Amino acid sequence: MARKLLLTHIDVPGIHTFEVYRQKGGYRAVEKALKTLTPEEVVEEVKKSGLRGRGGAGFPTGMKWSFLAKPEGVPRYLVCNADESEPGTFKDRYLMTHIPHALIEGMIVSSYALGANTSYIYVRGEMMPQIRILERAIAEAKNAGLLGKNILGTGYDLEVYVQPGGGAYICGEETALLESLEGKRGNPRIKPPFPAVSGLYNCPTVVNNVESIAATVPIINDGGEEYAKIGIERSTGTKLISAGGNLNKPGVYEIELGLPVEEFIYSDAYCGGIANGKRLKAVVAGGSSVPILPANLILKTLKGEPRLMTYESLADGGFQSGTMLGSGGFIAYDEDQCIVRNTWNFTRFYHHESCGQCSPCREGTGWMEKVLHKIEHGHGSFSDIDLLVDVAKKIEGNTICPLGDAAAWPVASAIRHFRDEFEWHVTNGQEAQARNYGLAHYADPLEPVI
Amino acid sequence: MAEDVRFKVSIDGIPVDVAPGTTILNAARLIGGDVVPPAMCYYSKLEGSGGKCRTCLVKVSKGSEKDPRPMPKLVASCRTTVMDGMEVQSITSAEVLEARKGVVEMLLINHPLDCPICDQAGECHLQDLSYEHGLADTRYEFERRTFDKIDIGDKIQLHMTRCILCYRCVFVADQLTPQRVHGILGRGDAAEISTYIAKAVDNEFSGNMIDVCPVGALTDKTFRFKNRVWFTKPVEAHRDCPTCSGKVTLWYKGEDVLRVTARKDTYGEAEAFICNTCRFENKATSDWIIEGPRVVKRTSVISSNHYEQLNPPPVVKKNLTLQAANKEQFERIERLLP
Repeated sequence: MARKLLLTHIDVPGIHTFEVYRQKGGYRAVEKALKTLTPEEVVEEVKKSGLRGRGGAGFPTGMKWSFLAKPEGVPRYLVCNADESEPGTFKDRYLMTHIPHALIEGMIVSSYALGANTSYIYVRGEMMPQIRILERAIAEAKNAGLLGKNILGTGYDLEVYVQPGGGAYICGEETALLESLEGKRGNPRIKPPFPAVSGLYNCPTVVNNVESIAATVPIINDGGEEYAKIGIERSTGTKLISAGGNLNKPGVYEIELGLPVEEFIYSDAYCGGIANGKRLKAVVAGGSSVPILPANLILKTLKGEPRLMTYESLADGGFQSGTMLGSGGFIAYDEDQCIVRNTWNFTRFYHHESCGQCSPCREGTGWMEKVLHKIEHGHGSFSDIDLLVDVAKKIEGNTICPLGDAAAWPVASAIRHFRDEFEWHVTNGQEAQARNYGLAHYADPLEPVI
Repeated sequence: MAEDVRFKVSIDGIPVDVAPGTTILNAARLIGGDVVPPAMCYYSKLEGSGGKCRTCLVKVSKGSEKDPRPMPKLVASCRTTVMDGMEVQSITSAEVLEARKGVVEMLLINHPLDCPICDQAGECHLQDLSYEHGLADTRYEFERRTFDKIDIGDKIQLHMTRCILCYRCVFVADQLTPQRVHGILGRGDAAEISTYIAKAVDNEFSGNMIDVCPVGALTDKTFRFKNRVWFTKPVEAHRDCPTCSGKVTLWYKGEDVLRVTARKDTYGEAEAFICNTCRFENKATSDWIIEGPRVVKRTSVISSNHYEQLNPPPVVKKNLTLQAANKEQFERIERLLP
């Protein structure tokens, strides 16, 4: 069985309480970091660990921390991005619900490393139960002297606040999150300046995902080098994957990076194969924003190598034949799912969630949704498919924040890999209302199509 | 010492020396002419504006002397500051022109294109932009978003349907008036400029929202449907105003002053913001000291009629018959050109 670092004690009853968490060795990392390590040494450990941001972009966390500007007399902030709203991703919610103290402990260690005395956890507004759980956990930690003034007698002060968001997807983008946290409209800022220089209240700020922050706990406990031994190449450590869709056992799994995708889907230790004995048609590997891949390309790269759950392997082949690990929202589609409908649904989401600040995304997402709605409901034409490709191309890369890219990639990739299905929707408009297209040539190569 | 530092930048191969901290757009404006990227949301006099409309995208083919790597994506020139040795491509990059065309198309899909009945027509930046970069045709075949007209105070009307959400008027309200009572409501393409619960903007400088609006979303109610801008003649005038600079442009039709606006420069930006008393209350020639006709630049239809000779299109220069027919005009242009 693979090693677990974050979810080791997930099955222990009462692990959400301070006592049980402490009993199971919780807050050891806080003691170790605050009493024996300097902040620079903590940053160094995280750098050594090779931990990459778990929110989606996969930027090395240690490097992000070392970019933090440290002018004299200006406070620095750590902000935890718990605004998890990517369709298909639910790992942070799971972690916060069941082991809230893992996040609090990570917050203390990370804040110490960055020299922040005030830290915020920005939680998505819909997650009211998790907000209560976190607030309780903070109160418990405070009672035990792990938060507040003079933590463990080391002279380090830290306050952690939980801030509920308004439930906007865009507030998961780090600069929009900071705007929202400041009480403004959640519009992404234009970068540069980056938050590391001018973030929350114009002070140097680091924004990290829940899982990245929680992952600092095992890194400090076992050392960065030990953590780096797990995984392959530049994808080190473990990653929480939210598996959803037509799987026998959907749920949150902690995997060692480097696990073959095939094993993740079909092994009984993980998802246990496709539900109802059906065949795999397509996979969205990292949350709705990443390109969708047909079954043959998700299991094997174009070079014929087995595809692994790592940042590099999933991206192998670029966007022509690869995708991204993203935030780890793994959605599997069986043979009966309609890609056109799915793409339309994603686009509807991005249209609804676009902040409306810059023109290509504001207008383009709505346009794509309308065209896809037309195709899905049997009124499309062949030129509409080309139009979608063109609109997606005009949004991609031309917007302030990555939401534009996130809206364009699923459409572009769906058409790239499933064009025949889109065309079938055009030529067989009536039939497309009654039944789904089915598998076709990109079927799961493991089981030959009859 | 530090003030003497100048950065060498080249835009479309044209070198220019600028002070550190200058944006690419402003560096291009120093050069002037065709290399200047269009800007719909950037307004040099409003802090924080820009970066939103994406029409000013340019390609940075060389980051700087120290770090010559090109920037991976097209950047908004209005919000990107120059580095020493930076090389920028504006109209020489096919990628930039393609992206710009895309942005124009996006801006137009929800624009009503009601220019024939719009007061802004003739001095509309979106009109100019789509004329220069857009297609004659649209690929958008769905219903466009519409809004009801809102009165912002008794002098300004907001026609949200035409709005391109440049946020300029919000910045005006934020930076020129002590309290802002309007802003953006809603999200995405449902976002709208609005006063919260239709509260009126009551401020001496609120009228500047009309001037900064690049399209016909915010119009002067004292001028609405009075005349087409190209039939009116802009005249520079000033008065001794206790609140503002008092330097304005009067727009005449015959003997009557139809409207008063701030003086706008080549890029459509007000040279100095004016107060509502100057703008709305003083509409008699006797209120003003006349300075002379206002030179209107750029592609505006106003300039084509009254103040500058229309340059003959290139085709005329090649065609000998046309050349002979327009001989007189050619000679006049050559006389006028410096």
